Amino acid sequence: MQLKSRHLLGLEGMPREEIELILDTAASLKPILERPIPKVPTLRGKTIANLFYEPSTRTRFSFELAEKRLSADSVSFSQAGSSVSKGETLKDTVRNLHAMKIDTVVIRHGASGAPHFLAGCLDASVVNAGDGTHEHPTQALLDMMTLREKLGKIEGLKVAIVGDILHSRVARSNIHGLSTAGASVGLCGPATLMPAGVNDLPVRVYRNLDEALEDADVFIVLRIQMERQKRGMFPSLREYRSLFGMTVERLEPLKKEITILHPGPINRGVELDDEVADGRHSVILDQVTNGVAVRMAVLYLLSGGRGKIEMEDHAQA
Amino acid sequence: MRNYQSKIRLDNHANSHYYIHPMTEKSRIMDGQGIARTLQRLTHEILERNAGCEGLVLVGIRNRGDVLAQRILKAMSSIESREVPYGVLDITLYRDDFQRLADSPVIGETDIPCDITDQKVVLVDDVLFTGRTIRAAMDALMDFGRPSSVQLAVLIDRGHRELPIHADFVGQTVSTLKSDGVQVRLEETDGEDGVVLIGS
Repeated sequence: MQLKSRHLLGLEGMPREEIELILDTAASLKPILERPIPKVPTLRGKTIANLFYEPSTRTRFSFELAEKRLSADSVSFSQAGSSVSKGETLKDTVRNLHAMKIDTVVIRHGASGAPHFLAGCLDASVVNAGDGTHEHPTQALLDMMTLREKLGKIEGLKVAIVGDILHSRVARSNIHGLSTAGASVGLCGPATLMPAGVNDLPVRVYRNLDEALEDADVFIVLRIQMERQKRGMFPSLREYRSLFGMTVERLEPLKKEITILHPGPINRGVELDDEVADGRHSVILDQVTNGVAVRMAVLYLLSGGRGKIEMEDHAQA
Repeated sequence: MRNYQSKIRLDNHANSHYYIHPMTEKSRIMDGQGIARTLQRLTHEILERNAGCEGLVLVGIRNRGDVLAQRILKAMSSIESREVPYGVLDITLYRDDFQRLADSPVIGETDIPCDITDQKVVLVDDVLFTGRTIRAAMDALMDFGRPSSVQLAVLIDRGHRELPIHADFVGQTVSTLKSDGVQVRLEETDGEDGVVLIGS
């Protein structure tokens, strides 16, 4: 079993077996992070470039850590201070990477489809670390890993994604990944922040948060992306909080156990109250740990498959 | 029916980079009783060399080394009163041929339940061949701690070493062609106990 593509561009259309392979591999790799020496030599000699055209702390650290844990050599650049700010085009950056013999490129870009463009003109494997409002596959995979770990399985779960669906690549990757893995997905958020064509997605749309709380067991609470709200998609943060915020008052009367995920960084007091973010329903810090394991799994699976030797029984070698 | 079979073989041939000749069983090296007796002897040798089981940790290399280690453990417990800690090692992430493989191998579970620092670790594997698995296992082990010594116990030593590695406890030495295969089959993993030499 192996991944069919040598890139990870998105979860849309990825078969269930491949998603499960990544999650299984991540679960096998996770204990490495607990060892006295949390490092294995597997990707020695591989060179990975992290291109972050948009600001990111968590995702970039997580990828860099995953690369170091697998002993790959990695170089990172962020937009500020690189040749990008001097006006270099993406294609020229690619040509340079090619000349530097990079094996894998991890890219975050503000334009949807940028990783696909790279994949089309580069020999290296490309991993999408978030492209515009399109997909963020490793985030959805780490959400799925966390759910599998906490709740046993994904199949049959009812998952509500709450917040700014329109601008959320996390939502899009989760919609595809979770529904492929057998969960039923519902969306909840201001009507102005629902994507056009939502009826074509494999999801239901909740009328309000109370209906979602009634129905679902898992809540992926999205960050209100202040940087993308300049057009006034909702009246005020206070109104947003009262209608779509996961507040203590909302959760207190609930009789069932729920699980709350958040891709970070949290706007405390807007989409999540402090007590909820740090409370017993929250698995937010498990998500962060699992993020490293999932990214290790993706890099591991994409880095094989270059050689010519068929698998043999290593027990005899 | 015959045509169908030959077509399958042709397809397999087209997909593989090396054509592997069909391997047949050449001879039987050990039967179930043979394995049982040999493990009993290995257990005694390990205890003799280490003057009991004080400070010993048994670590089996997947797959099958872990099963053999468990059997040795069981034999030990009937001789000594003290429990010997036991771990499993999967060496996939330490292979030296990862860059040359056509596929990323499936990673198995590694579980070293105790601190191995200053302990006497006995690695257990089914077949010792090139020595590369043992090299990988030793590297993996060192990431868990600094054992006071590492010893190696194998059921079969079939020669053709590519690295300066030797076993401390050997069940049986078998002379083989490099192209041969030695297959250890165990009840727990293969449904029967036995060791066979296979070749073309």
